[in-house]
This record gives sequence, structure tokens and C-alpha cells, in this order.
Amino acid sequence: MNAPTFGPTSYHPTKGERTSLEIKDFNLWYGAAQALFDVAMDVQVGMVTALIGPSGCGKSTLLRSMNRMNDLIDNLRINGAIRLEGDDIYGPAIDVIGLRKRMGMVFQKPNPFPMSIAENVVYPLRVDGVTDRALLEQTVERSLKAAALWDEVKGRLKENALGLSGGQQQRLCIARAVAGDPEVLLMDEPCSALDPIATAKIEELIDELRGNYTIIIVTHNMQQAARVSQNTAFMYLGRLIEYGDTKRMFTNPIEARTQDYITGRFG
Amino acid sequence: MTTETLTAPSNAVAARRRRTFGSDVSASGEPAQWALGGALALGIVLIAGFLLLVFWNGVATFFPKPIVALTLTDGSTIAGPIRRSEEFRVPPNELASLPPPVQALIRDDGGMAERQLIQIGNFDLYNEDFRWVPSYLVAGASRPRDLVLMERLEWGPFVGRVKQVVEDGRPLADGDPLPTGLDAVHRKARDRWQQIRRIERGDIGVVNHDIDGIRLEVRRLELRHGPDHERVVAARRAAEPELARLRTQYDTLAAEARRLRQEDARTTITLADTGGREKSMRLSEITRFVPANDLSLLGALGVYFDRWGEFLADEPREANTEGGVMPAIFGTFVMTLMMVLVVAPFGVLTALYLREYARQGRIVAIVRISVNNLAGVPSIVYGVFGVGFFAYLVGGSIDQWFYAERLPSPTFGTGGILWASLTLALLTVPVVIVATEEALSAVPRSVREGSLACGASKWQTIKYIVLPRALPGIMTGLILAMARGAGEVAPLMLVGVVKLAPELPMDGFFPFIHLERSFMHLGFHIYDVGFQSRNSEAGKPMVFVTTMLLIGLIFVMNLAAIVIRNRLKRKFVGAQF
Ligand SMILES: Nc1ncnc2c1ncn2[C@@H]1O[C@H](COP(=O)(O)OP(=O)(O)O)[C@@H](O)[C@H]1O
Ligand SMILES: [Mg+2]
Repeated sequence: MNAPTFGPTSYHPTKGERTSLEIKDFNLWYGAAQALFDVAMDVQVGMVTALIGPSGCGKSTLLRSMNRMNDLIDNLRINGAIRLEGDDIYGPAIDVIGLRKRMGMVFQKPNPFPMSIAENVVYPLRVDGVTDRALLEQTVERSLKAAALWDEVKGRLKENALGLSGGQQQRLCIARAVAGDPEVLLMDEPCSALDPIATAKIEELIDELRGNYTIIIVTHNMQQAARVSQNTAFMYLGRLIEYGDTKRMFTNPIEARTQDYITGRFG
Repeated sequence: MTTETLTAPSNAVAARRRRTFGSDVSASGEPAQWALGGALALGIVLIAGFLLLVFWNGVATFFPKPIVALTLTDGSTIAGPIRRSEEFRVPPNELASLPPPVQALIRDDGGMAERQLIQIGNFDLYNEDFRWVPSYLVAGASRPRDLVLMERLEWGPFVGRVKQVVEDGRPLADGDPLPTGLDAVHRKARDRWQQIRRIERGDIGVVNHDIDGIRLEVRRLELRHGPDHERVVAARRAAEPELARLRTQYDTLAAEARRLRQEDARTTITLADTGGREKSMRLSEITRFVPANDLSLLGALGVYFDRWGEFLADEPREANTEGGVMPAIFGTFVMTLMMVLVVAPFGVLTALYLREYARQGRIVAIVRISVNNLAGVPSIVYGVFGVGFFAYLVGGSIDQWFYAERLPSPTFGTGGILWASLTLALLTVPVVIVATEEALSAVPRSVREGSLACGASKWQTIKYIVLPRALPGIMTGLILAMARGAGEVAPLMLVGVVKLAPELPMDGFFPFIHLERSFMHLGFHIYDVGFQSRNSEAGKPMVFVTTMLLIGLIFVMNLAAIVIRNRLKRKFVGAQF
């Protein structure tokens, strides 16, 4: 059995090749209100890690701390550390823009840019100043194929992305997130605005992307977590309560609160 | 007893029910709705009425009106188009001088009688253009076919008959109503007149400009080295042959113009008014013959569109009450365009900084309030600032440094189209800032985050995502600014608008665009023609036409901007799902 390395939580994830993201005693305050308390976890490389927990428990906050999206918020304060492949994300030497390029992010609501489908996909390359047409075209095809959208849109790459359906838009956002070839994919409830068919497609997609990317997915949906993830972290009131192998956690959770949550007693 | 106790509460229930579900008018909000709707309707009616008035008068002005010849009770005759008629109260002393039956008639009407305003023209003969004629003085009216209204370069129109036209000493044969062949002869005379003008204003203007250039060059050297420096002397000597050549050229052109004028003087026309007084003048002085009583509908339309053409394409004459408004159209258009070109980057950058970069604190809040208040400052205050700061301070300094050789006559140190545009830009920049800030804040946070998460910098996010999304809103602000700026007059009067600009701000002389020049503006033109001219009655129709034109110009400019905006909107905010 894996004993917890740090923190007061039950801690026994399935180990991958190595640790991708290492979160250490991470605390976060919005002004005076503390939203994260001593969160500590090792996200395993190439695996899908699900973040579950009731609304407002800090899942999004934790996810957005990983690529420093929280920088946009005034009066934010943190302590503790998050490391990506050993690089301290909040360290003084870090280049935030470079960091974000190493992580793709998919949001709760599809947020395609008001431009063509192809331009959407290659946006991460555009901001890098890539102008090589062949490379751009190749990236469009590769990313759209990776996001299982290629067959649906290959004939209308020049059309405005806002004309796509919600599910297609979300897959376009995934294509965009993987276009820059990131190490980590952060997904914040990527299916919550989608219908069941679109959701199934995205879940399938996540399964295919596993291995190539380290994926962290926030989800409200217990079945979804069980279907797509290898490890699951359960959060409650800003604390990481339990972190472990998904299958075991859903069949045999250690903590009583985890048990209560996944059996639907609250949440 | 029991019935009473039973009915009482049921009454109360009924009353409550009536109050809650009944037709309590004030609770349903219907009166408010009616009041609001009524206010809206009233506003629309007022605006529509105003536009209708302007357009009706504006559209009708150039249509030739019949010339009425009136025989008055004292035996004299007058003739001219009827401008309008009205009821008036007959003054007592005049009433007393009338024959008793007429007096009785007027008394029956409560002391009122009708009178008509006749455009009698012939200002050079009678010192008035218009005369009110009370109906009780009219003995008879007719519309003789041979009465002609002639528009002239000077003195306003002449109403009367053409007695004789002499071309180069030979009289033309009489015709009906105009002498035969007058058209061709007239056209020839007008062409000659145009040619004289071209020589005097165009070719001689170029020569003068060149002579002036040489003089200024020498003066510049004088200012730098002192008047007796060898280089100045050398330059003076070097300029001599060129100056001599230009003077010869000038003399040749002047001689040519003199010859043409003499030739022009040999083609004359003699006119007679209905009273029999005659007047001779050069044929080229008449710009248009309008035999209004002898025109077919097609002929009338010909005159109508010909007048429009002159109005839109020509320069003004006769203290702006006649001729065209082309310089004013051009001035308004160029000034507004320049204003937009200045205000757009200035306002957008300010708003970008305020909304995207500045730390949202007390200072930014104060700045924002100040900007909003700037929009409420009376526009004349901007005019005062413009003339004091831009013209005298900035322009004066520019003159000191770059145009010293022209002093004491100012170049940039006085009102001009550049300073006017900058002043208006200042006046309208709050509108642009407020609209842009609103448009920026309406860009959803989610797309900004999407961009940042892709590794875009803040500036890249603004450039690629935020600005394109906000562009339609920004355009709306610019449209509002443009509409306000194009219609503003008061500040312009201080910073460069003039009644009559000798030159356009754009011409064929290097550097082609002359931002320091004063200019004409349709708004000021309206004020000037309608209220400042010697003869406000003559200018009245021009007020309506010019107003219509100003509204039309603003409308077209706004329409263009709106079309562009909608294009952008379609491009950037496509249908969701
Ligand atoms: N921008 C913010 N400013 C202040 N408080 C916030 C902000 N975002 C989230 N919070 C608070 O932090 C807590 C965690 O929120 P969040 O991470 O969004 O929860 P979850 O994603 O698990 O539903 C909540 O109590 C929420 O109210
Ligand atoms: Mg959330």
C-alpha cells in the first residue's frame, strides 16, 4: 500500500512512469477567504486524473492554479508549490506564457474564437509567430484528427467556428488545446454544457489522448470519472480528502466522506 | 344575524378579489405604458415633422416657379415668382387710405387681409429683391409667356423681358420668348467667362505662387544669415532670371485675360422690366435664363437639375446666397474624416489602457468620471481651448520654427482645418472612450481566458481576440462621435471656419493637402446664409437646401460606417449554435 507522502489525506494513486505535476502543501486565498487548504498530490504522467467533489470545493481553483490562470484575479494569494516536471510554477524564474504553452486548457463552456475553424486550431502557433503554411496546415489536420473533428469539418475549415454545434465547438477547443503540443491537458468540466452524444464522443476522445498527454479533468459526473480516469482525487471544502486509483476509490473508498459523496449522500 | 356574520367576510373576500384581479389601472402599469408610448410617438412625430419640413422645402426650392405679373390699383405693374402668402393685420393708417368698399371688406374679415411676397428681383434698379403685395392693391394678374427670370453673377436675379442680344456688334433675330440662337451665343459667352476665370485664378495663381515661393526662399536665407550675407545676395541674383521669366509669363497671361474681357464686352444683352426700365449688361453675366411661364415639364426638370448641379459643384456667389456650396461640402467632409482619423486611435488607445491595463482603483474611477463629464462641457469652450492652445500656442510655435519667413502673416498660428479637426476630436473623444470601454468589457472573460491559456500574451490576446470582438461596439462609438462632430458649429467658428474660403484645403500645389487653411462648413454656411446675409429672404431657401444637404451628408457618412460595422459584426459574432 502506498502511504501518503505528505498531507493529511489518504493517498495511494496508481503510479505512472513518473510525476508530471507535483503539488505541495498548496494554499490559496481569494482576498481573506481561503479556498484551498494544504493540497498535496502527485499527478502521474500519461494518465487521466479526475478531480471530483461538490460544487465550490475548489476543483476549478486548483486546476486554474496549475497554469496560473488565477493570475488574472486581484487580491489572490498563495503559498506552497506546484511543480511541472520539476519546474516551480510559482517560482521567480518562471515564464508564465511559456508555462501556459506547455499546458492546454479546455473550459466548461466552449469558447472558440470568432475566427475560422483553421485559425482557431492554429492559434497557439500563431501567437508563437509560426507562419510556415505547411506546418500550420499539418497542425490543423493532426489536431482536428486528434480531437475527432476532422471528418466533420474538413470541408469547411475556412468557415467561422461560431457556426459549429456546441459539441463540435468543444472538440474544436480540445483540438486547439492540443495544437501547441502541450505536456498536460487541463479540462474543467468539459462536458457539462453538452448533450449525452457529444459527451460520449469527448469521453472517447479523452481515452484516446491518454498516454500522449497527462490529463486532469474536473467533473461533476461520477460515472464519467469512473469511465475515463485512472486516478481520482476527491476534494471537499478546499481540502484534498482522498486521492487514489479510480477503480478502488469507487468500490472501496477509505474516507467516510468520499464514501458519502460517491454514494450520493451529499454533493 | 347569522347571515350578516356570514356575508361580512365573504364581502371582504370579494373586495380583496376585486382589488387583486380587477382592472386596477395603475397597478397593471398600463397608464405608464401609454405615457411612455405617447412620449415616444410625440418624439417621432416631432422629428419626422422636422425632417419633412426640411426636405419638402429643400426639394422644392430649385423647381422653377411661374412668374406672375401683377397690375396694381395705382396702375403700376410688378412681376416675379410668388414666394409665399400670408394673412396680415392691415395697419390703421393704411386702412384709412383705402376706398370705403375695400375698408368694409377688411373690417368684415376682422381687420385682416391677405398679402403675397413677390420676388421682384432687379435689385440694381429698385434696391429690393422682394415686395409684399396686399391683395386689395392687386387689380389684375397674368402669366405672360415672355417674362423671364434671369440668374446673374451680381445683383441677384432679373425678372423681365429680353429686349435685345447683341453678339459681337450684330443683334440676334427676335424669337419667342427668347431671341433665336440665344442658347448657343449664351453658352459661348459663358465659356469665355470661364476661360477668363481659369486664366485669372488658375494660371496667374500658379505664377503668383511661384513668385511667392522664390521670395520666401530668399527671405528664409535672410533670416538665417542676415540680410547682407553673401549667400543671400547670391540667391537674390540667382533668382533674378527666373523672376523675370515669371513676370513675363504673368504679363502674357494678363494680356490674354484683358483681350478676352474686351471680347466679352462686345456681346451684350438688354433687358427690360415690366415697368419699362431697361438695363444692359454683358451676356456672360447671366448664368441662366428661366422662361418659367413657357417651360414644359421636361424643361422645368432640366432647370431643376441644372440648378442642383450648380449648387453641388460650384463655389458660392453673392455673399453665399447664390451659386453652390461645394467648398462647404468638401470642408465638412474632410474635417469630419480627419476628426475620425484622430479620434479613433486616440479614444481607443485611451479606453484600452483604462480598461485593460490600468489598475482599477480610485484614480481610474476619477479619470473615468472626468471623461464622462467632458462630454457635457459646452462645445464653445472647446472652441476657446482650440484657438488658445492649438492655434495660438502650438500653431504659433510651429510658425516660429518652420514658417518664420512668412511672418507676420500666420501659417499654422491661426484657425485652420487641422486645428478644427483636433478640437472636434477632443470634443468627441469621450464618446469614443465610453463606447470602447463598454465594448471591451462586453468581450466575454471566457474567450480572453481561452486565448491566455493558449500561451498568448496579454497584448496578443487584445490584438487577436478582444479588439476584433469589440470592433462593432467601437464603431458604434465612432459613428456617434462622427454624427456629433459633423453637426457641431460653435467651436468651429473660433478655430478655422470662415464665411468664404479663398482656397480649398486640397489643391494642385505641393504638398497638395493644406491643413493650415481655413475652410467652409455646411453648418456654418446655414447660419451665415440664413441669419448673417444682407438679404435673409433670398437666403431662406438656401437654408433649407443646405440643411438637407448637411443632414444628407451626415446620413451618408453614418450609413457607410454602419455598413462597415455590420460587416464586422457578421464576421466576428456569428450565430451561436
Ligand atoms: N474569483 C473568485 N473570487 C473569489 N472567490 C472565488 C473566486 N472563484 C472561486 N471562488 C470561491 O472559491 C471557492 C471554490 O470555487 P471553485 O474552485 O470554482 O469550485 P468548484 O470548481 O469546485 O465548483 C468557492 O467558495 C468560490 O466561491
Ligand atoms: Mg468549477
